Amino acid sequence: MSRIRYTRRLPVVVVAAGLALAVAACGGESSTDSAKPAPSAAAQLDAKADLSKQSLTVTVWPGYTPKELADKAKAKLGISKVDITEHDTNETAMTKLTTQGGESIDVAFVSGQYAQALNEQGLLEPIHAELIPNLSNLYPEATQLSYDKGNKFSVPYTWGTTGICYRSDLVKAEPKSWKDILTPPEWADKKVSMMTTERWLALPALKVLRYSVNTDKDEELAKAKELLLAAKPHVIYDDVTFGQKLQSGETVMAEAWDGWCPTTDPKKNIKFVVPSEGSDLWVDTMVIMKSSKNKEAAHALINYILDPEIHSWAATNINYKVPNKAAMDKVEKPEGSLLGISPAELLQGESIIDLGEASAKYTRLSTEVAAK
Amino acid sequence: MSPRWGRRLGAFVFLGPGVAYLAVLLLVPLALILSYTVFRRGRFGGIVYEFTTENFSRLFDPLYLDVVLASVKLATLTTVFALLLGYPTAYLIARLPRTWKTVALVAIVLPFWTNFIIRVYAWTILLSGPGLINSALGTQLELLYNHGAIVTGLLYSYLPLMVLPLYAAIERLDPQLREASANLGASAFTTFRRVTLPLTLPGVATGCLFVFVPSFGNFVIPEILGGGRTATVGTLIRAEFLKSRDWPFGSTLALAVIVVLIVLLVIQSWVSRRG
Repeated sequence: MSRIRYTRRLPVVVVAAGLALAVAACGGESSTDSAKPAPSAAAQLDAKADLSKQSLTVTVWPGYTPKELADKAKAKLGISKVDITEHDTNETAMTKLTTQGGESIDVAFVSGQYAQALNEQGLLEPIHAELIPNLSNLYPEATQLSYDKGNKFSVPYTWGTTGICYRSDLVKAEPKSWKDILTPPEWADKKVSMMTTERWLALPALKVLRYSVNTDKDEELAKAKELLLAAKPHVIYDDVTFGQKLQSGETVMAEAWDGWCPTTDPKKNIKFVVPSEGSDLWVDTMVIMKSSKNKEAAHALINYILDPEIHSWAATNINYKVPNKAAMDKVEKPEGSLLGISPAELLQGESIIDLGEASAKYTRLSTEVAAK
Repeated sequence: MSPRWGRRLGAFVFLGPGVAYLAVLLLVPLALILSYTVFRRGRFGGIVYEFTTENFSRLFDPLYLDVVLASVKLATLTTVFALLLGYPTAYLIARLPRTWKTVALVAIVLPFWTNFIIRVYAWTILLSGPGLINSALGTQLELLYNHGAIVTGLLYSYLPLMVLPLYAAIERLDPQLREASANLGASAFTTFRRVTLPLTLPGVATGCLFVFVPSFGNFVIPEILGGGRTATVGTLIRAEFLKSRDWPFGSTLALAVIVVLIVLLVIQSWVSRRG
């Protein structure tokens, strides 16, 4: 779930997107946000369409799908061309998909709350389940995700949770609570890392206070801020290299996405725990853009990815759980590996949903914590 | 064709590509940044084309002013240290024999041949708790994730930008002026204070500008060496664009940085002209 990567492409992205926006503005489209949901009746798709006349452009996080996916899918499905493009973060993906109405993209990989936001803008094609028979491989739980019950506009690709990743050989007591991160014991002072990505920065504090991770109440966020500011002198912030910091012994505990916690480290002393107050459930999904002219091929590709052989790649190679029972059954789950967390356990976590305008409150919260 | 027209054509042919390059890659993006500052934030990183002055009033929110002040402080400290270290270095290089001068200048530029991020990461190996410095000294000093670490990283990265203009200024200095000063009875310090320093002030101003500006806007070093615990203008702009999807406010902050840069350029050119 590469949400944050250092990007040296920012100026290019900004300028390119800016130019695109300027062009769009000249064309009379006043705003990317003004896109209205299209009429609800989805166009009928032709199950027998000739895929050799269709081509696909997919946008995905780097290294998130098998390298040979494009070639294999082309050979297997007879699609004329499959182009894989990349985005570093959900935010860059959203820029790509909203500023041009996503016209150049057929299939996009984004996290659940972003899929929800895209759908609310009317940019997503409903999923035609009859064209994706492999949907039956999914765990029943994977069809009950709060942002999209019944997989109406998105198909989950990977899922997981956020917890505490720690060095079992360097901690004096195994962490159990988010308080271990927010008020670290003296021996862990400044050897604890927290995330800075807005929603995950707030998560430990919101959970300790027993608030929803999706709260938009000012008084709750103010209390969370107090806890985060009290924690600041004792923690460092890292969204990207917390795994390496644990491996080198620079830190002993980290707030971490499970897929990023290096529990497969050969020394076997890195462990992961979901704190007693609970955590979130994150899902990375596949969506089809309404503007795609190759929707049959897009469905065929998603169906192909849901094939247990292909889908199990993510669990085997990047250590992410996939919501595909048939695929997970094929995967070895060595002791200590996070692949053993069951769907039922995962679903106890609260899904992070899109907060719309209220997301600015989390922006301010994270700036306030950083600035103090 | 009259000679006047010939000159015009020549100017067009020779200046045209450069001007076009600057227009497309500098002026257009700048114009875009400028235009974004008066619109509202789009929910998904876009822009809503509704006029607002809110972005500018937000600039004066104490929250962001604190961040700007923190950046000014870090950049000023870096510039002062760079000047204190850079001046003697440049002075020494300027007085070296020709061969050694070249070697010294190459040594100053050499770090630029390695990727910036790698060089910054290398500092974490030196400064971290179990790192090289602590192991060598047998200490448990907290060297990483504080302002000191950020200033060290900035100083290391931008010191060459101080040394090179200073070297150029000192090199240009006529040695006879120093000799004349000494012949007239001035001590070495007085000669430095009343002859060398005033005549190299344009170099000092250029060096300070070259160090201050990138230090002020840098976001990589505060994140890596500061442990993300210090917000600077650079980290804030990055967060506004990449995390908060607030392009208009990110652009307004960028504009503020550009205004600071222009003010500094004016000061620098004033000092140069007087020098």
